[in-house]
Amino acid sequence: MDEVRKKIINGFFILIALIYVVRLFFLQVVDESYKLDAQNNAIRKIVQTPFRGLIYDRNHKLIVYNTPVYDLYITPKKAKVQDTLRFCHLFNITRSTFDSLTKLARVFSPVRPSLFIRQLSIQDYAKVQDAMVDYPGFSFQMSSIRTYQHKSMANALGYVGEISPERLEKQADEGGEEYYRQGDYVGVTGLERFYEEELRGQRGEKYVMVNSRGIEKGPFRNGTFDRPPVSGKSLISSIDIELQNLADSLMQHKVGSVVAIQPQTGEVLAMVSAPTYDPSLLAGRTFSKYFQTLNLDPLHPLINRPPSAYYRPGSTFKLIQALIALQMGVITPGTGFGHGGAPLKCHCGGNSNSLMMGIRNSCNPYFYQTFKRIIYNNHEHNLFKKSAEGVRRWNEMAAKFGIGQKLDVDLPNETSGKLPSVEYYNKVYKGELSWKFSNIYSLGIGEGELIINPLKMANVAAIIANRGWYIRPHLVKGIGKIGSIDTKYKEKVSVGIAERHFAPVIEGMVGAVNAGTVAAEARMSDIQICGKTGTSQNRVGEDHAIFIAFAPKENPKIAIAVFVENAGFGGSSAAPIASLCIEKYIKGKVERKAMEERWKNKSYLGNVLSVLSHSKGIVRKPKPKAYELLKTTRERIFPLVPEAPQKPTLKIPMLSPEQIAAEQARLTELKEAKAKKALKK
Amino acid sequence: MAREETISRNLDWITVLLFIVCVTVGWLHIYAAIYNPENPLWIGDQGFFDTNAGKQLIWIGTTALIIIAILVIDYRFYDTFAFFIYGFFMFMLVAVLVVGTEVKGSHSWFRVGSFQLQPAEFAKMATALALAKYLSTPLVNLTKLKDQVNAALIIMVPPILILVSHETGVALVFASFLILLYREGLPGFYPASFLTVIILFVLALIYEQWQIYIGLGVLVGLVVWIMPHYERKTRNIMSIIGVAMVMGLFVTGVDWAVNHILQEHQRNRIKVLVDPDFDSKKTGYNVRQAKIAIGSGGLLGKGFLQGTQTKFDFVPEQSTDFIFCTVGEEHGFLGSVVVIGLFVGLLLRVAFLANRQKNRFARVYGYGVVSIIFFHFLVNIGMTIGLMPVIGIPLPFFSYGGSSLWSFSILLFIFLKLDAHRSEMLSRW
Repeated sequence: MDEVRKKIINGFFILIALIYVVRLFFLQVVDESYKLDAQNNAIRKIVQTPFRGLIYDRNHKLIVYNTPVYDLYITPKKAKVQDTLRFCHLFNITRSTFDSLTKLARVFSPVRPSLFIRQLSIQDYAKVQDAMVDYPGFSFQMSSIRTYQHKSMANALGYVGEISPERLEKQADEGGEEYYRQGDYVGVTGLERFYEEELRGQRGEKYVMVNSRGIEKGPFRNGTFDRPPVSGKSLISSIDIELQNLADSLMQHKVGSVVAIQPQTGEVLAMVSAPTYDPSLLAGRTFSKYFQTLNLDPLHPLINRPPSAYYRPGSTFKLIQALIALQMGVITPGTGFGHGGAPLKCHCGGNSNSLMMGIRNSCNPYFYQTFKRIIYNNHEHNLFKKSAEGVRRWNEMAAKFGIGQKLDVDLPNETSGKLPSVEYYNKVYKGELSWKFSNIYSLGIGEGELIINPLKMANVAAIIANRGWYIRPHLVKGIGKIGSIDTKYKEKVSVGIAERHFAPVIEGMVGAVNAGTVAAEARMSDIQICGKTGTSQNRVGEDHAIFIAFAPKENPKIAIAVFVENAGFGGSSAAPIASLCIEKYIKGKVERKAMEERWKNKSYLGNVLSVLSHSKGIVRKPKPKAYELLKTTRERIFPLVPEAPQKPTLKIPMLSPEQIAAEQARLTELKEAKAKKALKK
Repeated sequence: MAREETISRNLDWITVLLFIVCVTVGWLHIYAAIYNPENPLWIGDQGFFDTNAGKQLIWIGTTALIIIAILVIDYRFYDTFAFFIYGFFMFMLVAVLVVGTEVKGSHSWFRVGSFQLQPAEFAKMATALALAKYLSTPLVNLTKLKDQVNAALIIMVPPILILVSHETGVALVFASFLILLYREGLPGFYPASFLTVIILFVLALIYEQWQIYIGLGVLVGLVVWIMPHYERKTRNIMSIIGVAMVMGLFVTGVDWAVNHILQEHQRNRIKVLVDPDFDSKKTGYNVRQAKIAIGSGGLLGKGFLQGTQTKFDFVPEQSTDFIFCTVGEEHGFLGSVVVIGLFVGLLLRVAFLANRQKNRFARVYGYGVVSIIFFHFLVNIGMTIGLMPVIGIPLPFFSYGGSSLWSFSILLFIFLKLDAHRSEMLSRW
């Protein structure tokens, strides 16, 4: 009996031990999931964001840089604020804000730090730093925001913002290394977008061990897996920031674009999209507030007009027609046309007895006849066939000027515009040989189905300045210390027009400025501007004023295109702006101060807004309340008198107490549901 | 002088060696559990003796003194004063309710300076002594109901007092004396029904009542079907059905008790056992984190002081009740098996020693030691690997804690002292 019981007891011990060993074998050797859980528990990856590359202008003046800002973090369990009022006063927040922020932080975690106030400037930081001794549980962490030396060039520079879900998804679809994660900041538009990969640098990774309360406990494996962050490369932009600033200020209270190009290099000297905004408003804590406003603005200040807008070239296109006609040999510089027989009216006085006069006076009948000769310059006998063949040849030649093509500028969202082709007309007129010259003659004067953008027209000015070639326009001439730009921004592109054909056209442009369609105030006694006005007609409202030019006549230094929407006649509304820009760039300063002031303050917004109110179907009008908000913000963003940059105020959008309560209720509900589920099990 | 020589010659050095290995390995794991890589403290560093490892070192030192005292005291003392010791600790259990300090919800600690003592830990040893004394009384026979009741009374009194001070875990340990009683002749019916009750209890938690009833019905059918024909009498069948009905009633009772009598935290601990995902943030957290720590150890472990889970406080109570997690994480499956082997070795060795006693008092007491250590081993390791509910009792010789180390050492060394004098004790019978 005893012996049996002894054995039973010993056997029981061994049985239990065996059960435990088997269990341990499954737990430790077979099941791998616990190892992963342990890693998730105790090892945390800390991402170190590198400094974004800087952007300089062509004279190595800093345009965009990073400023350190300080994020205030709160650790609710340690935080003790005796004098809440004083604290609120210190950070310029309201009591309810303070309460909701602390509540939110506590909901997140009582022991881990959570963001309390974002992006305090270094001045504000210095102000509060001393007082912080009285407030345990608060800590600062440095980060950086984009900072701008100037209030200009917002659209060309673009802004940096949180990555959009679409872009994240796109990255996932493209495969390869998925660099971005939710919440990352990326260049959203402009140069920031185009040169994102150069500017962003390489983010660093640090692995640390944390304890159960999330408190760091030193590097993991002595930092073997860590990777230090690499700063982004700096961009040397081709922009002349002085010129840019002037152009920006000249375009205030107007809608339109200015693009200035150095003809020999294709480097963009200035690129204005009006209306613009202060780029610093979209950096840091003011982003969400202003982005909505800007986005709702019926004038679309967030669209970078120079590479993206749609206009018809108007009379500026006559230059291309003249060059094509000369190259084809259908006209000579001495060719004259009367006004008879043309369906187009003219205001030149009927005196276009040479090409030079035709350009000077922007004579519509002259270019009607010229275009007719271009189109009918072939041996087909059938008028329809003749027209088709003519358009085919014309299209080929015009396309070389970049019309209807992308210029491959280093900016996102470039539009190719439209240059009608034979196929296009076949489609529009429903069938081959169903159209002829009389259907398309308005192309001759730059109307009809032609669509261009300001950048293209500035490039056309550069082509004429170069007498027959161009280099693709670009805004960046150097990357980093030694990095160079794409070789496509160094190749000369020929437009297939012999150099000798340019002289008469340029003579015409000189005439247009000195005695023709251009307003007298745009002339300068010491610099010869060669320009051509354009007036792009609209269905509703005033015409768009266009002026393209280069200067000086010999060895041109600058080619420019100015577009002012709904400003009327190009010679009087756009040319003076171009003239001031040319003066600034060539002389280094503007001597015509009064004229500068006048043009800065001139407003065509009334015209633009009246168009908007007419075309209800096209542009959706914002709701009254939003519109009111918009108007007041507009006044702040585009003040009539430029003022010193505003200090960012310490207000951030936040959840109301009701929203927090709702969130908490949702959380407890979730918990209960889970507990119920577990109970059922 | 002669006596000490006898002691050193007769002491079972194998057990002593196992004891020393357990305590040493245990201390190293306590050190690993409190180890902070940012501020590693070693013996002699300032603040070291404020840590659990430092304090445990003091406890180990004092334990050595106590062991010497036990070995010096005359072996007849334990036999003679067994009831007195029992009575003394019963008094202490009552006293602690009056003058004790409350620690983590249990009112069972005496505080002396920065050290705390828990009399409940020592009551186990006292009960084993008293039980041994009673069972070694001539003519006591555990098959008789009267003696069974007496033994039960001796066993039942301390856990009731301990329960009053909200120390459920320690109270449950007294159930382990069933092993001792079984060894001493208690009819097998008792432990069998005890195990049945446990199994039914767990089944009642896992399955719905109607499922268990159907199961019991099927079982009754099966038993009757395989019964030899001549046994298949109405009376026998009725009694089988009666047993099944009692079982059913018990299940219903458990169901009701779990939902109505047990307190929230106790209920949750039991639920976690049958449903590991239940409430993984609160009650389930301990078990989940313990399993993560052990599971992440793999075959060979992460190495001494390299365990991230125990070092960084993911496992709660890692130097006391969950010390086995440190073993599992840092030394892996092999380390765990070695520790389990140590315990099985110790248990089998002490059982072997007990069986060679000619004196019934020493034998019964030896089995008391085995029962208590086994129960702790069973429940403590079982709960860290998710096979037992979370009951806060320490792993003998491993867990941090002065009361537990003292009481286990006293428990063990009283027996070794008795064993050393086994030839003399025979004459006293």
